[in-house]
Amino acid sequence: MCTTCGCGTGETRVAGKAVSAPEDAQAVDAVRELPQLSGEGSGDGASGIAQGAHAVDAHQHPDSRLQVHVPTHSHGHGSEHAHALSALQESTTPSRMVQIERDILAKNDGYAAENRRRLEELGIFALNLVSSPGSGKTSLLCRTIEALKTQLPIVVIEGDQQTSRDAERIRATGVAAVQINTGKGCHLDAHMVGHALHDLAPADDSLLLIENVGNLVCPAAFDLGEAHKVVILSVTEGEDKPLKYPGMFHAASLMVLNKVDLLPYLSFDSALAIRYALQVNPALQVIPLSATTGEGFEQWLAWLRAGCAASQEKKAAMVASLRQRIAELEAQLAAVSGA
Amino acid sequence: MHEMSLAMGVLQIVEDAARAQRFRRVRSVLLEIGELSMVEAEALRFCFDAVSRGTLAEGAALNVVEVAGQGLCFNCNMTVPLAALYDPCPACGGHPVQATGGTEMRVKELEVE
Repeated sequence: MCTTCGCGTGETRVAGKAVSAPEDAQAVDAVRELPQLSGEGSGDGASGIAQGAHAVDAHQHPDSRLQVHVPTHSHGHGSEHAHALSALQESTTPSRMVQIERDILAKNDGYAAENRRRLEELGIFALNLVSSPGSGKTSLLCRTIEALKTQLPIVVIEGDQQTSRDAERIRATGVAAVQINTGKGCHLDAHMVGHALHDLAPADDSLLLIENVGNLVCPAAFDLGEAHKVVILSVTEGEDKPLKYPGMFHAASLMVLNKVDLLPYLSFDSALAIRYALQVNPALQVIPLSATTGEGFEQWLAWLRAGCAASQEKKAAMVASLRQRIAELEAQLAAVSGA
Repeated sequence: MHEMSLAMGVLQIVEDAARAQRFRRVRSVLLEIGELSMVEAEALRFCFDAVSRGTLAEGAALNVVEVAGQGLCFNCNMTVPLAALYDPCPACGGHPVQATGGTEMRVKELEVE
C-alpha cells in the first residue's frame, strides 16, 4: 500500500530519493491527477518547502507520464460527465458480480511479512517506536545508542513528514540512519520500510530502531514487520491518553513512560496512567525512565539486550537446523549415488 | 483514520481483480466495515471518490455493510456486544474483553461490466 498523501507515492522519500509505487502505475497515475487533494489544505508555507525539496531531486510527476495517461480516458473535467457516461453504459452493458473477500490492509501486511522474514533471517531485533509528537522519541534513541553502540550494531529508520533533522541527530551519534519523509502521509508503511532496509543493509544480529511519524492513531494499523511496537508516553501528556488512543496502546508490547525527571513539577499521576494503559492492554510491559537524566535506563537497556539475544538465538537455531538438513540430504545423496 | 490509504488499498484490490478477472468497469464496490475498525465510512467514501477518478472505478458506488462489534469477556466468559474497543464488559463490568467481531475491513464483492 502507498501513503495517505494526495499525490500518491511520489512524495514519499527514503533518504531523499523518491520511492516508486509498489506496482500498479495506473492507480498512482490516477491519484497524481488529483488537483484538489494535492493542492488544497497545504497551500501555505509548508507546501512551499515541499516544492523546494522536489526541485532538488527528480520529483515523480514527469510530464511524459501524464501525457501518456491523459489520452487514455476522456473525462478529465469533472465527475458529472463521468456519471452521465456510466449512466449511459448502465443501460446497455450487462453487469456481473465478482467475489473478492480481501482485507483492505492485505497488501501492507504482505510487505510486512516479507520484512519480518528478512529481519528474522538476519537475527535483527526490530522495534517500531510510536508516540505523539514531542514525547522524546529521538532523545530516547540518541541516549540508547550512546549506551549500546559499543556492544551491538545499531541502525535507525527515521520517519517524519518533512526534513531529515532527526536522521542527522542520529547520525551524530555515529550510527547509520535513513530518513523516510512521508510527505503528506501520517504513518510509515511496510513498503517504505522495505526500501529503507535495502538502503541500510543492516549487519547480522543488529538492533533496528524505527522511529515512526509522531501520531498516536494511524501507525497502529500498519504493521512494518517489527518484533514489537514500543509506545512512548511522556509525563507532560495526560494520564488518560491510553484510554483516548486505545488502538496504539493495545498494539504495543512495551510502554516507555518518559521524562520522569519532570514529575516533581507536574501533577501527572504515573500509577493512574499505567492503570489506564493496562486496562486497554493487560499484557503491556511498562518502563518509567528519563532520556535526559538516564533514570530507569538500565531496565530499558536490559529489555533491549534480552530482545536482541532472543532474535540472535532464533537465527542461530534456524541456521543450525538448515545445516542439519543439508547434512541429512548430503548423506542421502551419498547413499543413493553410492548404491 | 488514514482513510486515504485505505481508499487506495481498495482501489488496488479492485485493479488487481480487474487484471485477474478481465473486467473494464466497476459499478459498485461492496465493503464490510466493522464497527470497531475505527474507519469512518463517510470519509472513506469521499477519499474513494477522489482516488478512483480516471480509473476503471470512477463513479462507482461504495456500499458499506456495517458489522456489529462483539467480544469475549475474559472475566465472565460471555460473548457480549461491544460498542467500542477496550470498553469494559457490558454484562459484568470486567476487563479485558477480546474483540471477536466487528474489526474487519474487507472488500467483499464488486459489480462489474
